[in-house]
Amino acid sequence: MTSKTTLKFMLAAGALSVGMSHGALAQDTVKIGSVLSATGPASFLGEPEDKTLRMYVDKINAAGGVAGKKIELVIYDDGGDANKARTFATRLVEDDKVVAMVGGSTTGTTMAMIPVFEDAKIPFISLAGAIEVIDPVRKFVFKTPHTDKMACEKIFEDLKKRNLTKIGLISGTDGFGASMRAQCVKVAPNYGMEIVADENYGPRDSDMTAQLTKIKNTAGLQAVVNPGFGQGPAIVTRNYAQLGMSNVPFYQSHGVASKSFIDLAGAAAEGVRLPAAALLVGDKLPESDPQKKVVTEYKQAYESATKQPVSTFGGHAYDGLFILVEAMKRANSTDSAKIRDEIEKTKGFVGTGGIVNMSATDHLGLDLSAFRMLEIKGGDWNLVASGS
Amino acid sequence: MAEFLQFLISGLTVGAVYALVALGFTLIYNASGVVNFAQGEFVMLGGMVTVFASAAGVPLPLAAVVAVVAAVAVGLLLHRFAIEPARGASAVTLIIITIGASILLRGLAAIIFDKQFHKLPGFTGEAPIDVLGAAVQPQSFWVLGGTAVVVVALYVFLEHTLLGKAVLATAANRLAARLVGINTTTIMALAFGGSAAIGAIAGILVTPITLTNYDVGTLLALKGFAAAMLGGMGNPLGAVVGGLLLGLLEAFGAGYLSSTYKDAFAFLVILIVLFAAPQGLFGRRAVERV
Repeated sequence: MTSKTTLKFMLAAGALSVGMSHGALAQDTVKIGSVLSATGPASFLGEPEDKTLRMYVDKINAAGGVAGKKIELVIYDDGGDANKARTFATRLVEDDKVVAMVGGSTTGTTMAMIPVFEDAKIPFISLAGAIEVIDPVRKFVFKTPHTDKMACEKIFEDLKKRNLTKIGLISGTDGFGASMRAQCVKVAPNYGMEIVADENYGPRDSDMTAQLTKIKNTAGLQAVVNPGFGQGPAIVTRNYAQLGMSNVPFYQSHGVASKSFIDLAGAAAEGVRLPAAALLVGDKLPESDPQKKVVTEYKQAYESATKQPVSTFGGHAYDGLFILVEAMKRANSTDSAKIRDEIEKTKGFVGTGGIVNMSATDHLGLDLSAFRMLEIKGGDWNLVASGS
Repeated sequence: MAEFLQFLISGLTVGAVYALVALGFTLIYNASGVVNFAQGEFVMLGGMVTVFASAAGVPLPLAAVVAVVAAVAVGLLLHRFAIEPARGASAVTLIIITIGASILLRGLAAIIFDKQFHKLPGFTGEAPIDVLGAAVQPQSFWVLGGTAVVVVALYVFLEHTLLGKAVLATAANRLAARLVGINTTTIMALAFGGSAAIGAIAGILVTPITLTNYDVGTLLALKGFAAAMLGGMGNPLGAVVGGLLLGLLEAFGAGYLSSTYKDAFAFLVILIVLFAAPQGLFGRRAVERV
């Protein structure tokens, strides 16, 4: 045997063994992909999502996997960069050959990845907030978080109950604030709301008293709504109290629904209302609440595993993963098209974000009951009884 | 009137912080001709170290001292290990080094501390004080008073001490300063330490109002730089006036014009000023050093 043929033989044997191990692997595992912003500016979204997915995939595998196969989770970190997200999405489809995808922490990364999964006909359950992800409906794209439009509607519903109709808006100019402001302006007429003041602040601004003074001096003002997230709303809330506006009802958005908001805003947060997922008030839900079991179990599992307080963002990943897993169980298959059809048929799925009923025209499947109206009292969230 | 006062005080408070950041820029620029873009990180360090030290049980005044010392140490290290080894390089190279240092410091802060926002309690309570109808946080007076103290102290140091005069001499002509026996390396280190201290003090004073996190310095550096340019780079008086002016422009812009365009409005005014007077309001005409 010449050295040349030896080499050829070895290469062939190597290729064969690689092919075989690949084949053996493919038979008892199924690949689920994820691209998350686990680092970078959106890491507060991606980090809990990443931890949640890893934790629950391990649990599912320990319990025997799904449809007779173990799940192999492939997670990439896009650092909040839409360009990277798209590159990783292509890698998931072409190299990793995933059957489905749960991920996309921000609206920006999600929108960049949608064409990749649509073309490849692979179901994509997004964890991003904006309504653009599922409106218009795309065949292979779903999402789990509530939309900002629903938050506006929930706030307006509550205002209507209190007979308050003249509202002032103070919005962050970041993506979240600007998008929610636009949705609020759009749905306001449906609830008979009149926007009498409309002010903005930059996401890194450190003082909003000028804008609030202007709103305060607006004739007929009955309530103020603050679409925004990050530290901006905490400063707005502090300035609000500083200017002695606490007698005017003040609404925050679901964007501040974390304990750190109460902590940062301090005493100024007293009496502030906001719509939020049931997850935040799991322990305060009545026993009869259908979500009680899911949210308390998730909260306990997450907090004991990570030693960090639970956030709704990780909950979105939980919902996405289990909507997918249950669809795979129903389909009893790892075929992407069949899984997609079953995801769309999701009915009565009880998640951390609400009760999901999807259809061909609704790839989110949540209604306003998914949001709870909370009021901050004594430094903690409290459910607002319906009708008060 | 109450409305006007409200805008005035909120503008002055924010402006005082910009002024302190601008002063930090000025001090280093004077000693070395370098614009130190890591200046915002000193502000961040001041706030974050105080927050974490006081969370660890250190009393607030002591925590503030710890924060200033920490920031000065970082400033000296920055000078010793990043600026000094490259001392022969052009100012542009040094500026790029400071940008790199700023990214490094931000990244380290994200790892050593965390990525959350943090607050400090107001030094003298948080109940707003009524000033002729305007509601003012007590902390605003701390910020304004603290800025005044820093400015006066810096003035006295530069004009009435031998060491301060050495800084000015180094700024005027480094070679001549060396010829008369001034150790310009020590002066540069002093400038970095001093401007880190000023930045840290700004961060400590303002955190009860604005909150802080690991990357709060980015925007402050930008605003402080704009203020320094507006006042005239290299002139301490210009830095203070530029900072206060920028804060007032933002507050009045948001209050009387449109809150959407308040930043655009402030920067537009700066552009107009710089078109009319490229050296800034108090700037000296740039002289080529031969």
